[in-house]
Amino acid sequence: MSSMTLYDKLWNSHLVKELENGTALLYIDLHFLHEVTSPQAFEGLRLAGRRAWRASANMATPDHNVPTTTSERSRGVDGIVDPVSRIQVKFLDDNCKDFGIEEFAIDDPRHGIVHVIGPEQGRTQPGMTIVCGDSHTSTHGALGALAHGIGTSEVEHVLATQCLVQKKARNMLVQVNGALKPGVTAKDVILAIIGKIGTAGGTGYTIEFGGEVIRSLSIEGRMTVCNMAIEAGARAGLVAVDEKTISYLQGRPYAPKGELWQQAVAVWRTLVSDKDAKFDAVVELEGDDIVPQVSWGTSPEMVAPVTGKVPDPALAANDSKKGNYQQALKYMGLTAGTPIQDIKLDRVFIGSCTNSRIEDLRAAAAVVKGRKVASNIREALVVPGSGLVKAQAEQEGLDLVFKAAGLQWREPGCSMCLAMNADQLEPGEHCASTSNRNFEGRQGFGGRTHLVSPAMAAAAAVFGHFVDIRDVPLL
Amino acid sequence: MKKFTAEKGLVMPLDRANVDTDYIIPKQFLKSIKRTGFGKNLFDEARYLDKGLPDQECTGRPLNPDFVSNQPRYQGASILLARENFGCGSSREHAPWALDDFGIRCVIAPSYADIFFNNCVKNGILLIVLDEKMVDQLFQETAATPGYTLNVDLAAQTIGKPDGSTIKFDVETSRKHILLNGLDDIGLTMQHADAIRAFEKSYKEKAPWLFA
Repeated sequence: MSSMTLYDKLWNSHLVKELENGTALLYIDLHFLHEVTSPQAFEGLRLAGRRAWRASANMATPDHNVPTTTSERSRGVDGIVDPVSRIQVKFLDDNCKDFGIEEFAIDDPRHGIVHVIGPEQGRTQPGMTIVCGDSHTSTHGALGALAHGIGTSEVEHVLATQCLVQKKARNMLVQVNGALKPGVTAKDVILAIIGKIGTAGGTGYTIEFGGEVIRSLSIEGRMTVCNMAIEAGARAGLVAVDEKTISYLQGRPYAPKGELWQQAVAVWRTLVSDKDAKFDAVVELEGDDIVPQVSWGTSPEMVAPVTGKVPDPALAANDSKKGNYQQALKYMGLTAGTPIQDIKLDRVFIGSCTNSRIEDLRAAAAVVKGRKVASNIREALVVPGSGLVKAQAEQEGLDLVFKAAGLQWREPGCSMCLAMNADQLEPGEHCASTSNRNFEGRQGFGGRTHLVSPAMAAAAAVFGHFVDIRDVPLL
Repeated sequence: MKKFTAEKGLVMPLDRANVDTDYIIPKQFLKSIKRTGFGKNLFDEARYLDKGLPDQECTGRPLNPDFVSNQPRYQGASILLARENFGCGSSREHAPWALDDFGIRCVIAPSYADIFFNNCVKNGILLIVLDEKMVDQLFQETAATPGYTLNVDLAAQTIGKPDGSTIKFDVETSRKHILLNGLDDIGLTMQHADAIRAFEKSYKEKAPWLFA
């Protein structure tokens, strides 16, 4: 057999049937569900009298709508003040019961953001195909799984058939060579990649992230990278399996045990692209060149090094880009040429499926330790990705560090990443955010988002503006 | 599922690249558990001057007079002319639901995001890809001609212009088939139920830990 990429291998191992017209029926091993994109799918099944094909291959949790204040959360689903959100969360509970799907409900200690709890529980495993009605499903590719977002009609399709009709994507390799300088993180790597290839650069591709820098990242760091593959247009991002992947999974609640573990590991070790595998596109970056990144505009490709300036639209590559830049600057209330470090900030958000895991919280806590939130910052939120991340952080005393510095310590959920709950920006406010999208209105009507790493967000909270994290001594 | 065969309609231009699905339908409207009623909140943040709330009556809200959908000449448009990478970002199918509910049956743009593309097919919305030059020209003609109408015929894969000329467009045969016939794709997949069961059986032998 000719050499294959990791994506080719994952595709082939799940191919149920080639269909006419170049599409194929692909088997789905694991389907995550949340409250926002599933209600209409369950309703569709009911109307058609259909059941779940394989209920045990599904797992659900409410994350988008859930409040993050302890006062609301202490009363479970009934504590949700917003009645529309409460109905949606309750509907997920009811649907899971009706269809026999395991759910980590709002008051389960294992509850959290679906893309955090999947890997945390060991549900996400190498070699799987994973889908969810959420574009950040690409996160799970960090463990060598083929994972991508789908729409609600496809949620219904997967529930009913355990399959998806798919057209194979092309293969792209994004290779990050060398090593990262101290203070430069996985978030900066993926922002730099998106800055280079653009927000549609990966459209039609599955991106495999490789090279020394990716190999040197922790599994959590790789999740941050794969999480934002979709921000480069690629539905799925992948990292090949290595010993880090295997040791990450060992002992997790849903990971295989005993002899099955041995069997699984033997297969997982083959989940790498063959040496001479052919990619349709290859992009290379030098890790040593990557500087902490800050987004200045309204698309994740609009990034600049923290040492840089807000770009001048006149210097854009073409007219279309020029127009985009002008639109973005207008929305962001920024002037070309402003040093990134002079952008005034109002709020800070540390959380989201991109950056709410324990390593992210440790990195942020290390920066704020011994410091205080700057007076111009109206609110700085820390929202852990799951109940277990929160518990771990509290065991390490990170909550105390955050609180002592004046940041708020919240309950897990998607929170201000998409601002479906009460955690929102006011019009015109600038926010240093560890989330994944800086679209207009994403964090609240009229809100202005700047995407950064957890350490950069933490530094922004205590200095009141962006600073080069490489110049900030830990106290 | 809804069919798409042909659409003769008024064209509304949205001259903006990388339109994301948050822009198409903001998050607060995703709290609905229904598939319908999103049309009044299509492009909500650009279309209205205030912040929209779920379940709000929209008739009295202040409109942004600069936004295309509020201009008298584009009232009743059913074809949206857009720029590259339309529909990027979130996988929310509420975006095509909102377009459909508003009355948009067809979008013409140089490129689309992948998930959005699939979601539109599932809702009987035809997305046409034309090269940037052609899209540019359509933008110019739409701006220059009040009441600019196009006549899209999926079976023939043609767009008829007011001057009588036609533009050919490509569409994948599988998608064309689904759209023309309004097929229920779950029903179609269920026709392969035996193949799925056979796959599961052999797969279980190869990867028993996934079925433990």
